[in-house]
Amino acid sequence: MKTLYDKLWKSHVVYEESDGTSLLYIDRHLVHEVTSPQAFDGLRLSGRKPWRLDSILAVADHNVPTTKRDDGIRDPISRLQIETLDQNCDEFGITEFKMNDLRQGIVHVIGPEQGVTLPGMTVVCGDSHTSTHGAFGCLAFGIGTSEVEHVLATQCLLMKKAKSMQILVEGKLGHGVTAKDIALACIGEIGTAGGTGYAIEFSGSAVSMLSMEGRMTLCNMTIEAGARTGMIAVDDTTIEYIRGRPFSPKGDLWAAAVVHWRTLRSDENANFDQIIRLDAAQIKPQVTWGTSPEMVTTIDGKVPDPLQIMDAVERHDVERALKYMGLLPNMPITEIRPDKIFIGSCTNSRIEDLRAAAAVIKGKHIAESIKLAIVVPGSGLVKNQAEKEGLDKIFLNAGFEWREPGCSMCLAMNDDRLLPGERCASTSNRNFEGRQGPGGRTHLVSPAMAAAAAIAGHFVDVRTVY
Amino acid sequence: MEKFYLCKELVAPLDRANVDTDAIIPKQFLKSTQRSGFGKNLFDEWRFLDYGELGMRADQRRLNPDFILNQSRYHDARILLARANFGCGSSREHAPWALQDYGFKVIIAPSFADIFFNNCFKIGLLPIVLNAAVVDRIFYEVSLTNGYYLVINLEDQTVTAPDGESYSFEIDLFRKNSLLNGLDEIELTLQHIEKIKVFEEEWRMKQPWLFL
Ligand code: SF4
Repeated sequence: MKTLYDKLWKSHVVYEESDGTSLLYIDRHLVHEVTSPQAFDGLRLSGRKPWRLDSILAVADHNVPTTKRDDGIRDPISRLQIETLDQNCDEFGITEFKMNDLRQGIVHVIGPEQGVTLPGMTVVCGDSHTSTHGAFGCLAFGIGTSEVEHVLATQCLLMKKAKSMQILVEGKLGHGVTAKDIALACIGEIGTAGGTGYAIEFSGSAVSMLSMEGRMTLCNMTIEAGARTGMIAVDDTTIEYIRGRPFSPKGDLWAAAVVHWRTLRSDENANFDQIIRLDAAQIKPQVTWGTSPEMVTTIDGKVPDPLQIMDAVERHDVERALKYMGLLPNMPITEIRPDKIFIGSCTNSRIEDLRAAAAVIKGKHIAESIKLAIVVPGSGLVKNQAEKEGLDKIFLNAGFEWREPGCSMCLAMNDDRLLPGERCASTSNRNFEGRQGPGGRTHLVSPAMAAAAAIAGHFVDVRTVY
Repeated sequence: MEKFYLCKELVAPLDRANVDTDAIIPKQFLKSTQRSGFGKNLFDEWRFLDYGELGMRADQRRLNPDFILNQSRYHDARILLARANFGCGSSREHAPWALQDYGFKVIIAPSFADIFFNNCFKIGLLPIVLNAAVVDRIFYEVSLTNGYYLVINLEDQTVTAPDGESYSFEIDLFRKNSLLNGLDEIELTLQHIEKIKVFEEEWRMKQPWLFL
């Protein structure tokens, strides 16, 4: 009786050391501009070449500007980093979607969109949110730059197998409750270190009912629960999503692939080291109030009161977080007023996310107190699709800015950032201190919740307004 | 990679849990295409009062006197004592690079985030997990002692406190050997080049759609 993780792991082991450290074969290597330059330098220094060029796809996403791309990149250091990626890809013959390519976008959006991410693969990238690709029944995880070089040079990685955890979400999600809320509720339940040392498989009827976009959102945030990898079994939804994508197999190969892909699920009664159960019907829209994704509560909740917390270390953390966030104990979440709204990031910038946000704001306008509201689609193709559906108009008419694809205000490496003290309702994945700009205050929410907050000027239960 | 063996070093305490890699090295410094020079921006937003950018000179910046590493008694610390879930967040290897470049050789915590933990070994920085009660105790002793040194013995897998109390820690044999001998992982893997080629050919036969 094997878990999906067991199957994926075992099929990729090239060699095993006596202590269990294994050499794992890597099928897909995604590369972006921030974590790769030193790896390419290392490769050059040792006179090595990439092992298998057709396994690699590169794209610049973290630094790219989201406005006026035709003028080039203003920040010279960002520009240098992107040019360095271009040069490295040209030098070694690596396929890269350049900044003005319609297919450019956030690496974790474009992989699946292009059919570059396929079930049964090992997928790596020098980026922790590589876990996103696990939605396709892949073993997908983030790596550091030394490992980027290791994969480039050898097509393999040295690793030890993790423990396995199953997160079972049964039942039906309520109206207005999304995959993002499941993800945040899970993290609230097990904590940001709850998944450390585990590979997580999400299953249960609520997960089966999610679209691929929703599944990607869920797997994306496994790293915020401490687990390097998250995955979901292959089913019809997976296969239909992949069908006809530019890099997905065609004809006889497709038929053969589908037969194999259907085996990519945990066996009945497979053994997990840990099982967590969540009742989908009980999950409410979530909002983070602190500086770690586990500092989260429901929209009808309150900011915690440190005085009620017994554990000294935890109390101290909560006090520090409230101070940083500029919040008072016991304040209702619905009284928190964001200054800025960010809809984007590899967690929530796919077409379904934009549709969900647009549905909430259609025919309405952002509140006067909102200084800036931006939508940053995950890729050029998502942007195109949204424009075909007229979503851009809905956003623009509501007072949102409609931007070019990239990571943008998720980590503020480009010009999109919060000013000190500014508060943001963000559909991204990290609310760490300074993440969206030094002194910036981040509240993580779903796209629908961000949209509702933009209209109301404060957090509001999207279930009551839409 | 340099060989790691035995050291007796000064300890600096960083008393907060869930220290993330954004805090260890903020994103604006990730724009560098170099592998070195990150130490001067380690914990930048905590260490300095002004906003740091790549290329700024450290001696022209305003230090935050309240931040622990800015106290002169910790200037020569080579061991960082930390709390649970150290290194959570992004996969940036810039975080271990910055810690190492600043001068740290060893990080001790009750737990580490997976990717960070893994990244440390790749560059010869040693993350040591000790149980929370022991870490608590060391925090307490450090706070009472001016110049608190720990002896780290990788061969024996022990951490020894000034009072002679010794704590053992776990480490994978493979990682231990790599550290002790300063081995390059890529070199090691390439010793198995034939096995990789055979695997790859069989894999290509079995699942040709993975090679499009
Ligand atoms: S969108 Fe944010 S989390 Fe995702 S890859 Fe970009 S920076 Fe990382």
